[in-house]
Amino acid sequence: MKGIILQTGVALAILGVLVAMSAGLIWLERRLLGLWQDRYGPNRAGRLGLLQVPADMIKIFTKEDWAPPFADKPVFIAAPAVIMVTVLLSFAVIPFAPGVAVADLNIGLLFFLAMSSLSVYSIVLGGWASKNKYSLLGALRASCQMLSYEVFMGLSLMGVVMLAGSFNLRDIVEAQRDLWFCVPQFAGLIIFLVAGFAESRRLPFDLPEAENELVAGFHVEYSGMKFGMFFVGEYLGIILISALITTLFFGGWLGPVLPPVVWFFVKTFAFICWFVLIRASYYRPRYDQLLSFGWKVMLPLALLNLAITGGVVLAAGR
Amino acid sequence: MNTVFYLSGLLAILSTAMVITRSNAVHALLYLILSLLAVAMVFFTVGAPFAAALEVIIYAGAIMVLFVFVIMMIRPDPTASGSNEWMRPAAWLGPGAIAAILLGELVYVLAQGAGQATGLAEIGPKQVGIGLFGPYLLGVELASILLLAGLIGAYHLGRRADPSRGDKS
Repeated sequence: MKGIILQTGVALAILGVLVAMSAGLIWLERRLLGLWQDRYGPNRAGRLGLLQVPADMIKIFTKEDWAPPFADKPVFIAAPAVIMVTVLLSFAVIPFAPGVAVADLNIGLLFFLAMSSLSVYSIVLGGWASKNKYSLLGALRASCQMLSYEVFMGLSLMGVVMLAGSFNLRDIVEAQRDLWFCVPQFAGLIIFLVAGFAESRRLPFDLPEAENELVAGFHVEYSGMKFGMFFVGEYLGIILISALITTLFFGGWLGPVLPPVVWFFVKTFAFICWFVLIRASYYRPRYDQLLSFGWKVMLPLALLNLAITGGVVLAAGR
Repeated sequence: MNTVFYLSGLLAILSTAMVITRSNAVHALLYLILSLLAVAMVFFTVGAPFAAALEVIIYAGAIMVLFVFVIMMIRPDPTASGSNEWMRPAAWLGPGAIAAILLGELVYVLAQGAGQATGLAEIGPKQVGIGLFGPYLLGVELASILLLAGLIGAYHLGRRADPSRGDKS
């Protein structure tokens, strides 16, 4: 009984930290974008503009929760919930420190891939239920883009699995005691980064919501808290991909002096900032370029990385 | 864990029956996704988490998205008789309820910790791999040939006609 209470407490604490982090990211991203684009960003509400977060939250919670009369209401309401559920469930398998994880699953990495492939439904059904041509186009783009990039996202991680000999994220971190996997799996890291950007629909790959051609893409009809859930879902996606890069390639909680949890968050935070920096500095590719880049460059590269890693592991006789 | 097993099995049968009896493609599709998720849950409870994860990744997460994609492209005509039916909330209550039960089961299983399989020992990714590339190697090779044939067929169908090489459009 005590174990269950402890476990529930850990799960609730992780949930709270994640939601707080994604709310804080609203402010952080806009400040960092301002810094890198030579402007101020939000700096009026409170010290350093920190009160912008509560202001935004009050706005988003009190806005009229409107659904267009022509929309497919039940799906329209369910779609934003799907992305929150799938992304939050993915965090269940991430080890934040030794013993601090919601579930110690032997197929942890596969569980993440399963949840990320289910999150496509949120975008697709949301865009489709809106009964709007822009959102339908956004949804079509999203389903095609996320399906294509999912293929080599999974393949890019198999090198890590081979080196660690396990799908369990805790074992993968433990296997990096001597050498972080970003060194032997550098190609895998690059491929996973690109796929991660595409999966979280961040700027170089934000074609599903490209605002200058599709207005806002799949969430054009959304407002109030339902839009807020897509918004928070995107930020949670960024945190998830950053946490995974930390866990899989940069030794997770491992590090000297500081406690493990601190190391985990420092590393994750660095990758979140990297996500924002890419948004501030990159352009959006054309849609056919996006798909041919995925299938003609990244997929062969991922397969090559897989074959070479497999050969090396076999030759080393591990 | 036994309760979870029987409940998911029941949900799988129920949603599969709904797939067959629905006249509307969208209804059937949603129930099919749920049926696959329920089967994945069954796999998980009998100690095959690897098969469960692959079921969700490949069937529910990739193939079904393609089905949804096609249905989005052919957008049923709202004036046609019966095709408006799936817009009613009642049509979504069933899938919604089943999905909620499955989510509850998943949360329960995660909280319990994996590895408490019903009766059998847990089969991990390693045993699956040894099985596939040991006694069942021939089957794997045959499946790969089949997939290659499908890939070449799809490429041929999707190819643009090239008049300079005498192709007819």
